[in-house]
Amino acid sequence: MGNIKTIAKRELLAYFSSPVAYVFIVIFLLLNGFFTFMIGGFFERGEASLANSFFMWHPWFYLFLVPAVGMRLWADERRVGTLELLLTMPIAPWEAIVGKFLASWLFLGLALVLTFPVVLTVNHLGSPDNGVIFAAYVGSWLMAGAYLAVSCITSAITRSQVVSFIISVVACLFLILAGFPPVINLLQNLTNNWQWLVDVITSFSVITHFEGFQKGVLDSRDIIFFLSVIGFSLFTTSVILRTHRTS
Amino acid sequence: MINVENLTKIFGTKRAVDGVSFTVARGEVLGFLGPNGAGKSTTMRMLTGFLPPTSGKVTVGGFDITENPIPAKKLLGYLPESAPAYTDMTVHGFLDFAAEIRGLRGDAKKTAISRVVELCFLNTVLHQNVDTLSKGYRHRTCFAQSIIHDPQILVLDEPTDGLDPNQKHEIRQLIRKMGETKAIIFSTHILEEVDAVCSRAIIIDRGAIVANGTPAELRRKSEWAGAVTLRIQGVAAGAVQEKLNQLRSAKKISTATDGNRVTVTVFPRTAGDGDLTREVIAATSGWPVEELRTEEGRLDEVFRSITMPDTAGKETK
Repeated sequence: MGNIKTIAKRELLAYFSSPVAYVFIVIFLLLNGFFTFMIGGFFERGEASLANSFFMWHPWFYLFLVPAVGMRLWADERRVGTLELLLTMPIAPWEAIVGKFLASWLFLGLALVLTFPVVLTVNHLGSPDNGVIFAAYVGSWLMAGAYLAVSCITSAITRSQVVSFIISVVACLFLILAGFPPVINLLQNLTNNWQWLVDVITSFSVITHFEGFQKGVLDSRDIIFFLSVIGFSLFTTSVILRTHRTS
Repeated sequence: MINVENLTKIFGTKRAVDGVSFTVARGEVLGFLGPNGAGKSTTMRMLTGFLPPTSGKVTVGGFDITENPIPAKKLLGYLPESAPAYTDMTVHGFLDFAAEIRGLRGDAKKTAISRVVELCFLNTVLHQNVDTLSKGYRHRTCFAQSIIHDPQILVLDEPTDGLDPNQKHEIRQLIRKMGETKAIIFSTHILEEVDAVCSRAIIIDRGAIVANGTPAELRRKSEWAGAVTLRIQGVAAGAVQEKLNQLRSAKKISTATDGNRVTVTVFPRTAGDGDLTREVIAATSGWPVEELRTEEGRLDEVFRSITMPDTAGKETK
């Protein structure tokens, strides 16, 4: 545990010693504000809820913002050569992988926490169910973690941050679109209504799994889904990093 | 402390390292020589557990680096070839991280950091970001990282690369001093470093060890070892050559004239017994010899004749 903490601490410090962290947080907050109040029509709705005006945008924000956070994780270590340093230190490779992932995930959590004014606003204007809002926050953070873990894989594949970014945007887009109604319709037509295949594909969608959280339901299946995407992706990352060294 | 048996690494179809075996004991500084691409860095990457070997075995302080990597890595300090360091941190932040990951906390960590900062002359850049450092400072920052836990074993891949002559001198002094109590292996292609620092040297070429011995032993392999050079004034080159050609221990002779001075080098049949020197002195008695010296042998020439056997002969003429 000590090693994971040390690695996560270094990674977090590195975020905040470069402009990346501040740029990310500012853009994330601006996007949230703009979409919630201007496009999501928060005031016009007159609902004491954040589901349709605030949280519904998160899968789309994360599509671009999370790969931007995750792209440097391993690509940069390989490019600069610090990977050699890291993997010859007395730590297990999985500790490095988990440590770096946790640091970025905590950073995304921090960005999410900084959207608190919107919670204050809705509480000031009406009396929302704060339990639902809390559940949606948890879901949003888990979803960000799933995207981030996918970005870990793509970052480990390449030395180039740009390539890593593009591949992970595409991969995350799949995670969204698999549950997007027009895509589901298309799938049903294409597969001749093989419902089981459509179900398998849509079950990979973050949107399907995020919906429950937005309604305030902490369904263990949804939590397990996000955690298993994270676990599987981190494991794949470790396999890729090992393959680089053996071949 | 380091024990390497039959280490082999194959990349695709290329045998980068081919059956390398050696040991390094405590108190030894082993120089690892070889042309670029000979397999020095690959060997070191396997020693430190970064690359898994295709076959063969490395034990570090008794621990197998592939089966028991963590205790083995604890004993090791490693300076990779490119001297990487996290660019988005200050020198102090980087060393703090290195110390923590080596298990140092609190006062022990502080002491360790100030010790390496002093040893590696990093005081002036301590709070500078790593990516703003010059190459020499960055190199020393990474070097500092490798000795922060005062390891028993040091693996240094070209530790003096990119340093200015003063810094090179300091780092060599440091390596030699640490070599008294540690097992050190370092690679270089600067031959003067071998004399300055190493107690033993290995020459590696195309993945295999081609020579292994103390610097003096290696030097004795040179055709210059035991050669006698003398400078004579006022005697014809032909006469000198004729006389010296008759010596029993002389293998070949080369002469050069400069005005009425002749410089002659007589190469021995077997190096190191002193016969040739005695014979030359006897043969030249009565001549106005200005200078006479016995050569020790040249490492660069040994290096070249071992690693480039086809061209070495031509170049020494």
